[in-house]
Amino acid sequence: MTPFNRTPDETNAAQPTEIEPAAITVENCSLSFGELSVLEDVSVTIEPGEFVGFVGPNGAGKTTLLRAISGALEPDSGTVSIDGVDIHSVSSKRSSQLVSVVPQDTTLSFSFPVRDVVEMGRHPHRSRFSSPTQADHEAVEQALERTRTTDLADRPIDAISGGQRQRVVLARAIAQGTPAMLLDEPTASLDINHQLETLELVRELVDDGRTVCAAIHDLDLAARYCDRLVMLADGGVYRSGPPADVLTGESLADVFDATATVTPNPITGTETVTALPGHRTDGDETDEETQLRDARIHVLGTGTTAACVLAQLESTQAETALSLGPVTSGDTAAETARTLEIDCLEVPPFESLSESTLVAFENHVADADVTVVTASALEAGGTGTERLLEVLAAVADTLVLVERESAADSGGATTAGRATVVDGDRRRVLEATTETVLETIAAALERQLVSDESATEAASSDRKPGMGLAAESSSD
Amino acid sequence: MTHSARTLSWSAGLTALLVAVVVASAALGPVRVDPSTVALAILNAIVVPSSVTAGSLTIPIVGVGVPVPSLEYTSVFAFDVPNTHQIIVADIRLPRIALAATVGFALAAAGTVMQGFFRNPLADPSIIGVSTGAAAGAVAAIAFPMLVPFGSLHLAAFAGALLTAFLVYSIATEGGRTPVATLLLAGVAMQAFLGALISYMLVHSGDSLRQAVVWMMGHLSNSTWSDVGFALPVAVLGVLVLGSYTRDLNVLLLGEEDAHHLGTEVERTKFLLLAVASIITAAGVAVAGVIGFVGLVVPHIMRLIVGPDHRILLPTSALAGASFLVITDTIARAGPAEVPVGIITAFVGAPFFLFLLVRREVTSV
Repeated sequence: MTPFNRTPDETNAAQPTEIEPAAITVENCSLSFGELSVLEDVSVTIEPGEFVGFVGPNGAGKTTLLRAISGALEPDSGTVSIDGVDIHSVSSKRSSQLVSVVPQDTTLSFSFPVRDVVEMGRHPHRSRFSSPTQADHEAVEQALERTRTTDLADRPIDAISGGQRQRVVLARAIAQGTPAMLLDEPTASLDINHQLETLELVRELVDDGRTVCAAIHDLDLAARYCDRLVMLADGGVYRSGPPADVLTGESLADVFDATATVTPNPITGTETVTALPGHRTDGDETDEETQLRDARIHVLGTGTTAACVLAQLESTQAETALSLGPVTSGDTAAETARTLEIDCLEVPPFESLSESTLVAFENHVADADVTVVTASALEAGGTGTERLLEVLAAVADTLVLVERESAADSGGATTAGRATVVDGDRRRVLEATTETVLETIAAALERQLVSDESATEAASSDRKPGMGLAAESSSD
Repeated sequence: MTHSARTLSWSAGLTALLVAVVVASAALGPVRVDPSTVALAILNAIVVPSSVTAGSLTIPIVGVGVPVPSLEYTSVFAFDVPNTHQIIVADIRLPRIALAATVGFALAAAGTVMQGFFRNPLADPSIIGVSTGAAAGAVAAIAFPMLVPFGSLHLAAFAGALLTAFLVYSIATEGGRTPVATLLLAGVAMQAFLGALISYMLVHSGDSLRQAVVWMMGHLSNSTWSDVGFALPVAVLGVLVLGSYTRDLNVLLLGEEDAHHLGTEVERTKFLLLAVASIITAAGVAVAGVIGFVGLVVPHIMRLIVGPDHRILLPTSALAGASFLVITDTIARAGPAEVPVGIITAFVGAPFFLFLLVRREVTSV
């Protein structure tokens, strides 16, 4: 079976199942392009058989780090070793027997048949004058099969789709039979089905015994498939660890300069990042957060508007005490509250408000520094809504009324309902949209602070239900 | 069909075509010789080394003495061919045809390599200034014979070509890396500079102007077996070396970084490919002058026919280039007044290339 003219390298590489995953060690690597420093003292250790995702904003150095590991870029200082071999001090033939690369741009402008492109993966294992061995053929066919590209094998590479081409280039890397594999944005230009297909395949390769590093833009996908994430920022490692530890509201705020919330995906159970409107200027506490610190906030509302308000409040670093409700089980807001672990008053569908729920609501509102009411809560008609509004008018310290950005189609009920709460006492009702809700709440808290200090009388007189409330509500 | 089988069958077919073209070409001329007689005369001209002697080498057929340790040759065949026909075919037409084939072989191979290397459909063998360098050397030797040592036109052209290639490579190389874009620009700039130098020399060349201009147009008249003896071994050896790098050329098409990741020692390979392609181009240009379009058009045509894989493209391009130049040179000498072959290659090659371009057959490498 074994052709006698095989070198030991060829023998190993021909049997993908026998590949032993290699450790990748990056030690104190610094790299700059001219004046521009791209990597600064980066140290990363990747254990054999790990699937590690490099995440971080554009320009953080993900691709550069991959290129330094592959040997394409030599760092100014520091070392990279794969399986104990210093990748920058060996021939490219040797290094390409250790690590294969799936580049980001797989566009090829010439018409090689797919099989020939995959066969190029065998280049490092062949001597200059030998014709391909049985082992080479087997490796190529297996790689084609693995990536489900056998049917494409005789088609020209420039006549297949981007997703297919990505698989072919992956097949080339598989045929290369290396213990370590690097992928640069393997899903960047793919449709969602191909993204998953590609990462599923990579995951299989890892499970078969390969070490894989991938720069991945999509944080959700990275969290879903990688064993570990290395978050890069400004050319350095910001944080490294399991996806749940790396992807947090705090790290996303620091590194991506984004307000975002991380929740477990209800279906996959892995971390899902939801970016929210309003970006941050730095990692420090914002003015709003200072105001929001330790505030108690109750949200009355349903649907996406309420969910958005909750997520924004949760994503701040202000440690607010949040509560929601009452809201029907299964509502988007209720689901969000559950994933964010927010105290929620749930009401079974098609049931009217029980007295106990109403009491609980009254307690929440009374305890809250600010009660946020969404327009959607006012839209819902019926006696339940009326009673909630009565409670609000009676006990709420400060109200923030939130509407969607486009409130143009809000019906009569909203107008009437809004009149109810707004007319209750103009002084303590503020209006906001989902965009401005955080700053409005902060402003409300600030005003409250001032009023608490200066006018204690006013506070006591606020506890009376507005006379217009019953009349206007009943006119609905 | 496997690659090697496909390559072999194509190469065999193109070799047969070359033999047919050579016989046909040798039959054509002021004195018409029957093709079967031509074939026999060519066979009669084949010699094999029989013994090694010290002293001067007698080059077969022409009997020019070269001071090197030498071999004695004996003819393999002795067919009955009229003496005049034997002389016309073997001594007059065949050296020229053999030289045309050699130069076409070298230029097409070098053009294939340069196009692959530069990943640029406009690349030709002299893209880094080899031909212009050769022309500068040759014009200097023609216009100012007293300035050029040895007084050999071929040597001056060969040296000018290699010197230019080396200069361009050195200029474009920094820190052990030679970006192809820089190489291309350095080549263009060097060609412009040498073009100016050539023009200056032509202005002051006096009576030798005509000779210089004809040399630059590319010519195969007055070819001798010694020209073939110089160019053929260089071309064959060079193409053999390039042939062992065809997989690296394929991998380089993916881009230099990918090539590195696939185990090709990029800079070393680039230097070697550039050096060998330049040497065989220089050898061809030194004996035949600047013959354009062979190295540009033939690889493109062959790429359309056999595909971009250099394992098959390189040998087939080289063989097709040989046939192409034999045919065009036959046209060049067939008319009442001989035309420099460089004019014919451009005259035939350029419209054909434009035709392919209009049909959108030629896109990129």
